[in-house]
Amino acid sequence: MHPKRKKRLMLVTLMVAAVGVAVALLLNAFQQNMLFFFAPAQVVAGEAPEGHPFRIGGMVVVGTVERGDSLKVKFTLTDGGGSVPVEYEGILPDLFREGQGIVARGTLDADGLFTADEVLAKHDENYMPPEVADALKKAGKMPYGAETVVNQ
Amino acid sequence: MIPEIGHFALVLALCVSFVQAVVPLWGSLTGRASWVALAAPSAQLQAFLVAISYAVLTWSFIISDFSVLYVANTSNTELPMIYRISGVWGAHEGSLLLWALILSGWTLAVSLFSRGIPSVMLARVLSVMAMISVGFLLFVLITSNPFERLFPVPVEGQDLNPLLQDFGLAVHPPMLYMGYVGFAVAFSFAIAALIGGRLDMAWARWMRPWTALAWAFLTVGIALGSWWAYYELGWGGWWFWDPVENASLMPWLVGTALMHSLAASEKRGVFKAWTVLLAVFAFSLSLLGTFLVRSGVLTSVHAFASDPERGVFILGFLVATIGCSLLLYAWRAPRLMRSGSFSAVSRESGLLLNNVLLVVFCATVLLGTLYPLALDALNMGKLSVGPPYFNTVLIPLGVPLAIAMGIGSLVRWKQDKLSRIAKGLALAAVASLLAGAVVPWLMGGYFWGAVLGSALGTWVILTTCQALIERFKNKGLSVASAKQVPSSFYGMCLAHVGIGVLIIGITLTSHYSVEKDLRMAPGEVFDVSGYRFEFVGVTEEEGPNYDAFVGLVKVTSGGKQVAELYSEKRRYRVQTMPMTEAAIDPGLFRDLYVALGEEIGSDGAWAVRIYYKPFVRWIWLGCLMMGAGGILTVLDRRYKLASRRELRAQAVQPQQVTA
Repeated sequence: MHPKRKKRLMLVTLMVAAVGVAVALLLNAFQQNMLFFFAPAQVVAGEAPEGHPFRIGGMVVVGTVERGDSLKVKFTLTDGGGSVPVEYEGILPDLFREGQGIVARGTLDADGLFTADEVLAKHDENYMPPEVADALKKAGKMPYGAETVVNQ
Repeated sequence: MIPEIGHFALVLALCVSFVQAVVPLWGSLTGRASWVALAAPSAQLQAFLVAISYAVLTWSFIISDFSVLYVANTSNTELPMIYRISGVWGAHEGSLLLWALILSGWTLAVSLFSRGIPSVMLARVLSVMAMISVGFLLFVLITSNPFERLFPVPVEGQDLNPLLQDFGLAVHPPMLYMGYVGFAVAFSFAIAALIGGRLDMAWARWMRPWTALAWAFLTVGIALGSWWAYYELGWGGWWFWDPVENASLMPWLVGTALMHSLAASEKRGVFKAWTVLLAVFAFSLSLLGTFLVRSGVLTSVHAFASDPERGVFILGFLVATIGCSLLLYAWRAPRLMRSGSFSAVSRESGLLLNNVLLVVFCATVLLGTLYPLALDALNMGKLSVGPPYFNTVLIPLGVPLAIAMGIGSLVRWKQDKLSRIAKGLALAAVASLLAGAVVPWLMGGYFWGAVLGSALGTWVILTTCQALIERFKNKGLSVASAKQVPSSFYGMCLAHVGIGVLIIGITLTSHYSVEKDLRMAPGEVFDVSGYRFEFVGVTEEEGPNYDAFVGLVKVTSGGKQVAELYSEKRRYRVQTMPMTEAAIDPGLFRDLYVALGEEIGSDGAWAVRIYYKPFVRWIWLGCLMMGAGGILTVLDRRYKLASRRELRAQAVQPQQVTA
């Protein structure tokens, strides 16, 4: 083979190998970091995995937010079809309130308690994370008026 | 009446841009000089009309004309003046109008500052830009008219989202759009070249300053967004791998690849077809980004489905843009590919590697951003891809990229020997390893990531300096020789040093930040990294359109006062939305960051967030250096001189108006 061509072939082979490794790494990382979303009703029905992180979203049930003298907070999330107790330690986001939709990331234990390591209240004008709106819609519990704003 | 003038101007602009899209292009293909000559005046007229329309909308905001639906939705009489002006792009309709305005601004600039470019080429570029403009103006007029009236007229508007009432976010979108839309210029040059079948080094030279300028804007725009998220969202993060951020990162990655392949195309005439492809992708991703963010597709696929008109238009426009460009490419590019040769050790190889890595990374981000959307749209479950995914992929791609960056800027074009630069490289490598050993020790803790990051950052900076020294080796260091070096070279050096600074900033911030959420009663103290934070207490205050709790935290170090940090918890009156305003004591080597949570218990205790963030400013400093590097490249003499020379050549030769 022409030495120039040989060199070029080497370069191409090297590059293909590099891209191959990159793709393998990528798919691996991708698979490990997928976070599924479950609505409280699905969690109650046992569809969510125990001990593996996922995201949950729903409305904070009015009157369930319990805060002691520390940063530990307990509240209940519902989508109308089921409710799940959630525990979180830290500062809640600005938009967290009773009766509002939130999304939390964390793990579920055997007793059905969801320990969140992150609580998100979406920063937009309708206070309604889309996943939550969807879950509520499915359960037929969409509060009046919210439906129209969600679509903005 | 006045809003109708704005609407009417927009309709006229659409008509003008339609003419601009068709006539000059057709003239250039059929050899009608007078049709070609129509390009520049129509571009200017279009820019004028869009500017009128935009000014009218701004006026409606200033006088609080709530009979305009968009103003009623996003403004309020209590809103301070500066946010009324920035409120114009505070929501969907206005931000699309801003997009159109910036596009017509870029078109105007191309028509004014491209005298050296043959008129046929210029006509085609302006025609392609007008095609984009037609698409955008149609989109605005059909689906998102900002001038829609509202009856009955409300007494008060619904106010701008409090999150957007901030200087950082007032300037972030225009900057970002300048970058996004700037890639439309590179795109148009690429398409015009494909149409004309002329893909030479002169073409690359015309295209390069525009690309560099757009890239500089995009870089600064992204940095502004990151800075804003850091101080405004109240949890001190500067990058979240949020889909919205990814949407702006993707065009940046491809745009960076484009800058580099353009350099090779300009200097050596290689990678030309690839450059065209990158220009197409950079702009397509910009479009994707704009539409994804602004149409609400990203926040919810269902919002997308619920407004089929916008969604269909978006998809149609994207498909048309990408489809037509790729078709044109497939048809024309094989004729144009005539690549020069280069050896494995050459700057071309380095740039190729840079391109491959950047594009792979972009594909990674695209996958992580779009896959959840696709799955959701197909009703196959909801999932999101966490930051660890992006971080895991970033490292194996970023490390070879940083290493290659150092070597690539030192080797010569076409062919070189590693032995020539081996000594310098070895020195830089030793110094970098040393930095990798010492910096973590100074910061007080060893992490392999910190060692790697500080070594790589140092490596990039040192090798860049070495390239600079190399330039002066034979000339001696003097003002005269410094002037001889083209400013695009200084631009490259500055941008590369910026990358080094960025790497160090990211590394040290991520590994050595201390973040604490605490319950603090008045008088309580907390010690972190040699600083003592004392919570004094909370008072109530009143702002122009909000009420606030203001918490005071005094910071001392070794008994001396460092800062008094007033963080706020605001409640905006109209939208009754609480907002945290963090208090930050910035510094080149560390930020002290305090944010107020909520009141706990009855003894005046509050939840307080205390952060110590070393080297966080380096992240934005690095980005600013990159942006400045891009500007330096634009200012390069050769882009001006070359155009003058060409102008003369053009004056001598009679103009050819053929395809």
